[in-house]
Amino acid sequence: MDDLLWVRNVTVELPTAAGWVKPVNEVSLRISPGESLGLVGESGSGKTMLSLTLMGLLPLGARVKGEILLNASGVGEASSGVKTGPASQPGKDQNRSLQGLKPIERQGEMSELKLRPPKEEVEARNLVGQSEDEWRRVRGREIAMIFQEPMTSLNPVMRIGRQITEAILAHEPGLAGEALHRRLLTAMEHASLPEPEIRAQQFPHQLSGGLRQRAMIAMALAPRPKLLIADEPTTALDVTVQKQILDLLDHLRRELDLALLFITHDLGVVAKVADRIAVMYAGRIVEEGPVQKVLSSPRHPYTQGLLAASPTLERRKLAPIPGNVPRLTELPSGCAFAPRCSFRRAECEQVVPEFRQAEPDHAARCVLL
Amino acid sequence: MTYMLEVRNLRKSFVRGGGLFSDQAKGEPFVAVDGVTFAVGPGETFAIVGESGCGKTTLARLILRLIEADCGVILFEERELLPLRGDALRAQRRQMQMIFQDPFASLNPRMRVGEIVAEPLAIHEPQLSRAQRLARAGEILRRVGLDESALPRFPHEFSGGQRQRIGIARALILRPKLIVADEPVSALDVSVGAQVLRLLQELQREFGLTYLFISHSLPVVAQLATHIAVMRAGQFVEYGPANRILHEPTHTYTRDLLAAVPEIPRPGQL
Repeated sequence: MDDLLWVRNVTVELPTAAGWVKPVNEVSLRISPGESLGLVGESGSGKTMLSLTLMGLLPLGARVKGEILLNASGVGEASSGVKTGPASQPGKDQNRSLQGLKPIERQGEMSELKLRPPKEEVEARNLVGQSEDEWRRVRGREIAMIFQEPMTSLNPVMRIGRQITEAILAHEPGLAGEALHRRLLTAMEHASLPEPEIRAQQFPHQLSGGLRQRAMIAMALAPRPKLLIADEPTTALDVTVQKQILDLLDHLRRELDLALLFITHDLGVVAKVADRIAVMYAGRIVEEGPVQKVLSSPRHPYTQGLLAASPTLERRKLAPIPGNVPRLTELPSGCAFAPRCSFRRAECEQVVPEFRQAEPDHAARCVLL
Repeated sequence: MTYMLEVRNLRKSFVRGGGLFSDQAKGEPFVAVDGVTFAVGPGETFAIVGESGCGKTTLARLILRLIEADCGVILFEERELLPLRGDALRAQRRQMQMIFQDPFASLNPRMRVGEIVAEPLAIHEPQLSRAQRLARAGEILRRVGLDESALPRFPHEFSGGQRQRIGIARALILRPKLIVADEPVSALDVSVGAQVLRLLQELQREFGLTYLFISHSLPVVAQLATHIAVMRAGQFVEYGPANRILHEPTHTYTRDLLAAVPEIPRPGQL
């Protein structure tokens, strides 16, 4: 399979006062190089928690099950967890993958890590259960992320140029002088930051929201990652600026063969940037398929509901989805959407529906299929 | 025709620079609202659309007299608003209430929902007893899709959509004629935002409300505006009936805004 990232049956558990909850529940995804996958969901759907899982940035105490295979091309369907480093023995995983909690426990495996081939050698590896040291080699370098509000992600008292330089040096500590400056300017030009020499000397507050997001993009892309996770990158921006940033991301994807995981709640935005869509609800992916098919013939009642509730430039009777997104501590035993679903049947309340194919590349977790 | 609200040549500027860390001396004043003129009829929904920094929120605050205008005229039911002071202003204010963008920031987390919703009554109808106030609060909560069980609870116990309903109940409890809604659905999820838009439409019919609706989102505005004004740099670049602005815009800026909206393609367009 030609996959850059293969998320296999990943479940994230978080401890809360009311017990363990699963903000990400049996999620599987694949992204090929240069592909754009739109992850659509409302607040509480788990889309941001999933992206943090992919970055190894989960809160302390989180448990991760399943596999996240990076550079998964060559890994066969049937062979689970081949050559994916020491952390992938299934079964043991569950107890061990306390992210960021106890990297010390993993000391025994660190020596094995040193025996590994250098980064350039493409090898599938399982990110679940990695040590913090191993994460540091992936985070930023292979998978980078940009966020909704660039102002909170940028250091307010550091010049833009230095912040981008810092990102470059984190992954290529050898660079200096003229070579480093050239890399900085290239990064800024990639993000279409106008007048890079001047912008590099400025502080974040001197930049508009759109330029700040461009600075974030420059910083994220400076180490030349293969996958960019964009978590609602345009939600805080004006529409005209949003359009520019979406165009930029689309251009970069083609130019750099960059894979994009674009997280948004806006179906209009996803239609513009994504090749495929995965719709998330209460921690699970409920529908997945090519963007045109999902938006023109949605198969899950939740996707249908989102479309009917989305305002467009045409005035029409908006059909809100009744009720609220369920709390993770109060999920029903069957389909999580069943309480809000107008097609609900008795069987929906018993078990969570499996994925059913509508077409070979279009599937939904719904008994109606 | 008598208008509910008439605004003539309204202007507001702020002094910029001169702060502790500013490297510029007190310079040219920044004109946030630059000679805006419009009129809203009773029962209409007048939407002001523009990008961040265009002055739309400043305009709303001027109309509510939360900040003072430099010059201009505001007529509310043909009565001049800007010269009003003290009791006369307070009496006028109960006719115009506001709904805010962020239902998390606009409700006091340490007050119970009953107190939040009934608070305007304590100011404008002080003769009512606490029990009477809470009874009125329960009544209005039911009109917005909640009920009395919300009264003793705190805002954090509610979802974003429910909190926005609480904010709407607080705005309606005095039975105002004009509601200024500043981005009332932009902090909400799509499915919940649609609920709130529907609720605003129902309440408008039920109470005969006039809306001044402020938003950055043309698709949201398209759902309920009777008139749309497009604002940029403190001025209306274009304004008129919603249908004309959305379908036959004359100003290039309006066309740019419309073209930038990421539209969900319809089945036929794919």
